[in-house]
Amino acid sequence: MNAKSNLYRKEKIYGFLFILPPLLGLLIFTLYPMIYSIYGSFTDWDGLGQMNWIGLSNFTDLLSDELFHKALFNTLFMMLGIPVGITLALLLALGLNRGVPGTTAFRVIYYVPVISSLAAVSIMWNWAYNGDYGLVNQFLDLLGISGPNWMANKYTVKPALIIMAVWKGLGYTMLLYLAALQSVSRSYYEAAELDGANGFQSFWNITWPMVRPVTFFIIVTNIIGGSQIFTEMNIMTPTGGPEYASASVVFYIWQKAFGNFQMGYASAMAVFLGVFIFVVTLIQFRMNEKQSFDVD
Amino acid sequence: MTSRRRMTNSIIFVLLFIGAVFMIGPLLWMLSTSFKDKQDVFALPPVWIPSPFHFDKYKEIWEAGPLLSGIRNSLIIAVTVTVVGTFTSSLAAFSFAKLRFPGKNKIFLLLLSSLMIPYPAVMIPQFFMFSKLGWIDSLLPLIVPGLFGNIVMIFFLRQYLSSVPNAIIEAAKIDGSSYFRLYSSITFPLIKPAVAAQLILWFMGIWNDYLAPIIYLNSPEKQTLQLVIANFNATYAIQTDYPLIMAASIIALLPMLIIFLVFQKQIIESVAISGVKG
Repeated sequence: MNAKSNLYRKEKIYGFLFILPPLLGLLIFTLYPMIYSIYGSFTDWDGLGQMNWIGLSNFTDLLSDELFHKALFNTLFMMLGIPVGITLALLLALGLNRGVPGTTAFRVIYYVPVISSLAAVSIMWNWAYNGDYGLVNQFLDLLGISGPNWMANKYTVKPALIIMAVWKGLGYTMLLYLAALQSVSRSYYEAAELDGANGFQSFWNITWPMVRPVTFFIIVTNIIGGSQIFTEMNIMTPTGGPEYASASVVFYIWQKAFGNFQMGYASAMAVFLGVFIFVVTLIQFRMNEKQSFDVD
Repeated sequence: MTSRRRMTNSIIFVLLFIGAVFMIGPLLWMLSTSFKDKQDVFALPPVWIPSPFHFDKYKEIWEAGPLLSGIRNSLIIAVTVTVVGTFTSSLAAFSFAKLRFPGKNKIFLLLLSSLMIPYPAVMIPQFFMFSKLGWIDSLLPLIVPGLFGNIVMIFFLRQYLSSVPNAIIEAAKIDGSSYFRLYSSITFPLIKPAVAAQLILWFMGIWNDYLAPIIYLNSPEKQTLQLVIANFNATYAIQTDYPLIMAASIIALLPMLIIFLVFQKQIIESVAISGVKG
């Protein structure tokens, strides 16, 4: 008995010791900075001088900051790519799930953009969107359409970024759907077939409900990722695009913090972003409560 | 019925093939551009197969910017972080999955919920923290936080470990094996495939990272590969030297492409599992 309790005491010590690094990492690199961010957002912090408490000023300033409104609108607008990506990815996964020849090759090809460096593909797409010599307009020429100078036009710069984002993320979403489809038991479809259901009916009544959790996961992670979009605009439109039409929230935070040294103001935006993502994730946790994240 | 099915499959194959052309086309065009001379770049209609192939841009890039030091810096960061971080993460995952200590689940949930905090929300104070330490324009701010482990990896490995029977661990415990030995000689070998897949994904994430490096690194010889090629783009686009820019970009994505092609099975499985279970 004594030996056993001794063993347990040792296990407690080692158990805690082994999780200490990530726990310390969390405290030092996430929780402490987060609290500091929140505090900083209520000050006139400029990175050099004293931090003076100015209450909600930064937040009320955001309400009337036209550039912030633009950045927020742009960020949300670019999320229009999410339903497009989901639809295409599901169609692709359905196609691949039938066991057509070359499935593995297709899976790899569609996934290549996902693993490619975002900086490199941003550079490549920037060149592809060139008004005169870009690949996109040369392709449109074949169809008899004369394309715009995508990145220099405030109406086309966002759609251009959306197309690129869909291209970049399609393989990842497709892969998640494919995994989900493969876990749907064949017997459901056989039963539906016996009942005389057509292809669309079995999709609508079996496939779609079965992949619902994955759809939800994809929507949430895409919103979280989309709200932090930065690299594309930093490389493709270093000044925020025509009339600031492609600046994102993180782009604006970065500009304010490390360009203008308005740390307090930038922190207020960062807190805003953090709260947004917190709420989105919380919804996911809530809706997924019964099927995962259960700590036994 | 079978002939109809075969017909549908053929149509699907054609559609998938057209889609694949659109997916890979821009990348092939990038590759083709890197072999062109300056005139061919602006040729209308576009030239897909340059004649002759010009390989000189692939020599020029090493002189045109700090490409080599960019690769070295990216490697230093990614290798140090993933090797040390994988050790700390897998050790923690083992502890969370197989050891008993008070508050375990609460701490795990705390770690997990910190995933909700996005990097942009903490990057400003982090910057000042590292600036106080005098670490700006060094690789340390990009290395040190990663050494403490990766929560996604911990989560994934913990899930994976739940399929390892407790009996093996309990038996070894009774035999008087130390806790570290339980991890290193029993658990770790069992979870190796999962560790490998997660390590590769993490490595790719660090290799392709852009936001954190752009905040911390100023001097050209300190920059990571992604920053170096972004600067290539900014500098040489004015001179319309697109073959040079594309050659540098190809160099930036080639290593990850090779790693992916070699380990695609494990990577795809790992992604699929984490998504479906996530």
